[in-house]
Amino acid sequence: MNLVWSFILIPFIAICLIPFLKMKGKAIAVYGVISFIAFLTGYLAIQTLSGENFHLTLPGSYVSGPINLEIDALSAWFILIINFGFITGGFYGLFYMKAYIDQPKNLNLHGILFILLHASLVSLCVIQNSIAFLVAWEIMALSAFLTVIFEHEKVATLRAGINFLIQAHISILFLMIGFIWVASQTGSYDFSAIHNYSLTHSEPVSLMLFLFFFIGFAIKAGFVPFHTWLPYAHPVAPAHISGIMSGILIKIGIFGILRMLMLIQVNYSTIGSMILVISIISGIYGVMLAILQHNLKKLLAYHSIENIGIIGIGIGLGCIGLGINNPVLSSLGFAGALLHTLNHSLFKSLLFFTAGNVYQATHTLDIEKLGGIVKKMPQTSILFLIAALAICGLPPFNGFISEFILYTGLYHWFQDAQMGSLISIIFTVTALAMIGGLALMCFTKAFGVVFLGNPRHAFQHEVKEVPFLQLIPLYAIAAFIILIGLFPKIFMNILIQPVQLFTGLKQLPFAGFQTNDLEALVSISHASWYLILMVLLILVIKKWVLSKSTVTVSPTWGCGYTAPTAKIQYTASSFVKTYSKLFGLFFLISKREKEAQGIFPSEAHLETHPYDKIEKWLIDFPTVNFKIFMGRFRFFQNGKLQFYILYGIIFIISIISIPLLYDKIIQFIGFLKQL
Amino acid sequence: MLSLILIILTATFFTGIIIRTKSIASGRKGPGIFQPVKDVIRLFKKGTVYSETSGFVFRIAPTIYFSSVLVAMLVVPFGQSKGIISFNGDFIFFAYVLGLGKFFSIIGAMDTGSSFEGMGASREALYSMFAEPAFFILMGSLGLLTGYTSFQEIFSALHLGSPISYALAVLAAFVFLMIAMIENSRMPIDDPKTHLELTMVHEVMILDNSGFDLGLILTAGFIKFAIYGTIIFNLFSGTIAYAYAIPMFFVAQLFLAFAVGMIESFMARFRMNQNAQFIVVLSSVSLLIFFGALLISGKFV
Repeated sequence: MNLVWSFILIPFIAICLIPFLKMKGKAIAVYGVISFIAFLTGYLAIQTLSGENFHLTLPGSYVSGPINLEIDALSAWFILIINFGFITGGFYGLFYMKAYIDQPKNLNLHGILFILLHASLVSLCVIQNSIAFLVAWEIMALSAFLTVIFEHEKVATLRAGINFLIQAHISILFLMIGFIWVASQTGSYDFSAIHNYSLTHSEPVSLMLFLFFFIGFAIKAGFVPFHTWLPYAHPVAPAHISGIMSGILIKIGIFGILRMLMLIQVNYSTIGSMILVISIISGIYGVMLAILQHNLKKLLAYHSIENIGIIGIGIGLGCIGLGINNPVLSSLGFAGALLHTLNHSLFKSLLFFTAGNVYQATHTLDIEKLGGIVKKMPQTSILFLIAALAICGLPPFNGFISEFILYTGLYHWFQDAQMGSLISIIFTVTALAMIGGLALMCFTKAFGVVFLGNPRHAFQHEVKEVPFLQLIPLYAIAAFIILIGLFPKIFMNILIQPVQLFTGLKQLPFAGFQTNDLEALVSISHASWYLILMVLLILVIKKWVLSKSTVTVSPTWGCGYTAPTAKIQYTASSFVKTYSKLFGLFFLISKREKEAQGIFPSEAHLETHPYDKIEKWLIDFPTVNFKIFMGRFRFFQNGKLQFYILYGIIFIISIISIPLLYDKIIQFIGFLKQL
Repeated sequence: MLSLILIILTATFFTGIIIRTKSIASGRKGPGIFQPVKDVIRLFKKGTVYSETSGFVFRIAPTIYFSSVLVAMLVVPFGQSKGIISFNGDFIFFAYVLGLGKFFSIIGAMDTGSSFEGMGASREALYSMFAEPAFFILMGSLGLLTGYTSFQEIFSALHLGSPISYALAVLAAFVFLMIAMIENSRMPIDDPKTHLELTMVHEVMILDNSGFDLGLILTAGFIKFAIYGTIIFNLFSGTIAYAYAIPMFFVAQLFLAFAVGMIESFMARFRMNQNAQFIVVLSSVSLLIFFGALLISGKFV
């Protein structure tokens, strides 16, 4: 009980105090509260993972009934991810926000909302009551919205923020329908009621219920086709918020889906196949569009969709494993999904933070204007490179481990699958391999164009590395990325408990990963060490050899051309030209060009803007048509007060007459029946 | 361990044979088969020129590329004898560790800020993206056929009994050969001997590498060929005793190198824009193998 009070009171006091503190005090207060929440909940989470479940019942209110708080292994895993993200992101944010030190009011609000965002995300993992959950969810959505629009004086920021706000509320709408559905049938808002409801009702009903929750959570997670808010919200937010949004906020959608899987008893094979299909589409579509982007943060945002797809593939496999009573497939699927959730939160936040560093140094995110940053910001470049390698799933980094687990699950499923499943396995394997290849293309482009070569644009200000303190959280994240890559076994052991929650749904025997194909992980870490040692060895040999020979520096080979400029370099667009032509069918690229003409061409220009085809047909097309349709009723809004009073009266009368009419209709139907 | 020695031995003469074959086919005498190795040794002794645009990435990229190929080499088995690294799903590691090398060779090329090297980098990224699914489908089908998921177990359990499985092995050998050609940027995809930067893929990426680094990249190329040659031989070797298998291995490698040389002598390179389509064909062939594997394992309903 004291825990809950301190969880509520300390942030509350801090929030009240922050506006009155000096700038330094504000920073300390915000970060202090973040650390407090992190350590409090992190401690409970670690206790849970070591076997001691946390359970507490609050009296609640008359409406909501008693509110159960519970940390099980699944919540514990997510709480730890959230806390790590906020500790590193918050620390980074302190420095990132220094540039805005002349806007104290704005910073007050930002700091307060940052605390609220953290507190609400953590509580979402703990709360077991629909009403309290929805309240926390709303706090989370609103505080995320307000932190995103920090630079609200920019039109693009505000538009993106409102887009996010609307979609977040569509998500809440679906969740509300789901929760109210259960509550109206059972009269209880507790999560256990959802479980009981699904047990006592037929399969299709539970499936429908699950679908409502799934859509609600999928909007937050960013599965295609519910992803359209992501590429807008991420680029406009401050870097630490984009990192947290992509690394953590969208994971709460994944958490919700997993939680509902545990609560709602459904046909797991059906659900699994459905999630698998959506995830494969998300994965491939996300990365395909990511390659085209010119805005660094937008590119990263599309990669979030891709990685949500990979996580979803894991969840899908896990569910199918439950459906066909295959403990190995199920455990590998869920383990892959959960590990990738952690992995993605690490490397994606690192990518966003380093992108933030680039933005701070150059004030632009347009890839085509950047270049040659590696010489000015070597530490940022190395950190970005590590994260890029990890997100491409390359050894010896963490992304490889989770993708390897998924592959292992898929190839294990091979052994006892029949025709239909085999074909879906092959498609999934192809999809995973394609995603890997496309991601490699995307990040060689991003890293190559942004950090390497010559600067493509002459900046008026000096481009320099950010202060070392700001880089500390980034190094911490990078260390984790490498740690998971080199010692995956440790993390797999932590994952045993969360995975057991899922295999326990069908009482599948699962004690740990030792018995599975995952002995391979030990060999992988050996192989990774070989790789590292080999690189070091060759570097030493190279150093020794080079010390005996001459090393000269001269211009890049220009094929005989001796006056190259920075413009002559390969640009991001030209890097992906062949690709975008090959897959042109899937893209919507608006192009404005003026060709060079004549013997002495005066000017020529070419501008391309990639656009999302799904967004066009699923969001823009209905919206525009709806607007046209509603436009026909514009005459109601004629600005005359008399008319408005008339509308009011008509409305009141109709409200009053509905019950009367209802009775009449019932009488009429009764009359008809008598006939 | 055995495979390691065999691969290194093969790497010393494989490229030499290709060059010799091409010389003889075009009516020249040609250099000795160890000439490429001698060239590399000479490169190792030479000084290095770095582009003034490039930073640390350009300097470490060849090292990591080379190491990734070496580690990939450790995974490859020979018949019954395992590679030094062998575990369930090692072929996934194999593909991804080669991917790591590719990543570095691409960003190494981008680091020079050259107008040409970006072109090669872009093509390399695109082709490797297309080649990846073919490899995974193929290995998956072989896994389905044998019930195992590591290189060594798959290869030693590949029983060549029915005619269909022969057909499958031939198809698989074709796919592996083509993947080897793509990975090494050889003929139908890329012409290593072209003199025009605009039409190069791999060669244009390494325009600025010299001395020790260039030596590493070339050596990695030799080893890559030997790796794929060994994998192809493994498809057929099965459980043959070493006394026969090792001589057969060398004959097969000689033949393979000869075949590559003949292809390069008598075939023109594809047009650049048809390469992508060609590589997708490989995935379709792998799918064919997959359905064949379904047939054999009796799961084709």
